[in-house]
Amino acid sequence: MTGRPADPALRDGTVLVTGGARGLGAAAVRAAVAAGARVLVTDVLADEGAALARELGDRARFLHHDVTSEDDWRAAVAYATATWGRIDGLVNNAGVSGGLHAVEEQTAEEFRRVVDIDLTGVFLGLRTVIPAMRESGGGSIVNVSSAAGLMGLVGTAGYGAAKWGVRGLTRIAAVEQAAARVRVNSVHPGMIHTPMTAHLGLGTGEGDYPAVPMGRVGAPGEIARAVVFLLSDAASYVTGAELAVDGGWTTGPVRATAPTTDPQEDR
Amino acid sequence: MPVDLTGKVALITGAARGMGEAEARLFAALGARVVLTDVREAEGGATAASLGAAARFVRHDVTDEASWNAAVAAAVDGFGRLDVLVNNAAVYSTSPIEDEDPARLDTLLRVNLVGPFLGIRAAAPALRASGGGSIVNISSQAGLQGIWGHGAYGAAKWGLRGLTKTAALELGPDGIRVNSVHPGAIATAMTAHLGTTSHPAAPLGRVGEPEEVARLVAFLASDDSSYLSGAELAVDGGASAGRMPLLAAKEADA
Repeated sequence: MTGRPADPALRDGTVLVTGGARGLGAAAVRAAVAAGARVLVTDVLADEGAALARELGDRARFLHHDVTSEDDWRAAVAYATATWGRIDGLVNNAGVSGGLHAVEEQTAEEFRRVVDIDLTGVFLGLRTVIPAMRESGGGSIVNVSSAAGLMGLVGTAGYGAAKWGVRGLTRIAAVEQAAARVRVNSVHPGMIHTPMTAHLGLGTGEGDYPAVPMGRVGAPGEIARAVVFLLSDAASYVTGAELAVDGGWTTGPVRATAPTTDPQEDR
Repeated sequence: MPVDLTGKVALITGAARGMGEAEARLFAALGARVVLTDVREAEGGATAASLGAAARFVRHDVTDEASWNAAVAAAVDGFGRLDVLVNNAAVYSTSPIEDEDPARLDTLLRVNLVGPFLGIRAAAPALRASGGGSIVNISSQAGLQGIWGHGAYGAAKWGLRGLTKTAALELGPDGIRVNSVHPGAIATAMTAHLGTTSHPAAPLGRVGEPEEVARLVAFLASDDSSYLSGAELAVDGGASAGRMPLLAAKEADA
């Protein structure tokens, strides 16, 4: 990204956000535009994506984009470079959760579908965007993994495996691209209020989600701020890092049931 | 084929009872000769005596460097060599950080972290002289995660996990392997206050037995683990593996 510290964090940077029509992606699009970037919103949800881009005016465009298609990726990069001349940021956000099924109950077909979108989609994005980014003199890629990529989460065989894969792919790309000044980091949202989690019926108030130390579900904007930080020059020495934004969910159990004990009980 | 420790000499700290005792008994059963050390002389002496000629007890304060040198010397003088060090001795207490007594933090760090550090220093020359060996550091689930109330204990156990990595790097060229073991809730004197053997937070649903930890430690002590070094192994019934919430929900894509 260009820009001195006093400037908006992403001033004049060009960012591609996949899955940008709604949820975390839309929040990242809004935050990036607010930080001064020009954003190419891509998604398979054409109506919602186009409406968001229209709402945001000159600084946003929408393009239909299936992340499992390498041709679509090439078209997205071509569109961004034709429109704005460069590409500085990529947010690999598009993903599906699949159903919550125990490993032996998830079908191979469903597993492959989720991995194809959530992991292969990110791989194709790296493959396609990195050359354009190198031509721009470097850039920043943020891969949206998940808390399920930091721990084993019951019922998430395909999703969790894909998100662990994204975490690993992030590090590989970070090492490979560091010399080319392309930074690559992963963000790990916990339970966030989005269309992906709406069916869980969780309240969004303080104390409504006691399963995490902070006691509440996160808002999409709270992920978006971490994404913008990693896109920006404020993170100029950050690469290969994994940033949990999960209210402490992956930090440890919420609270031990054990009472406070007396000291000096040795093993 | 069970693990074979025939011909090996092991030093196990905190071996008077609990996991250390279970390790000593299993090691002896697998053919090792064992130096049991502890500050609890009566219990430690009795445990060693029950194991016969393959075991001896040394009073040993892991916070004291001279005591470490004496313990290592007891192994080398008594059994001719040293192949395995198990840094098991530890003290446990919990408290919210804000309420913690700094003196208690100091005790936990000295016993649970400085103790193993002194042990690695004291044992390395003897292990090297034996042509290599294995050091097993007993960390904790609290060294893999943040656990409420475990500020002082967790700081020591996370420190031990890190110390394990550095020691593995430094001692690897001498054929000395260093690994950490991370027990969860195990049925010992340390967890007796819980008053139950059920453990809903662990996927296996129960507290572990000291022998279940001992079997892992024996594997790490043995030549069966000849390419493991710098590794961390949880033996916690799955408690640190993840979370088990909300399996009710159905399909949702976004």
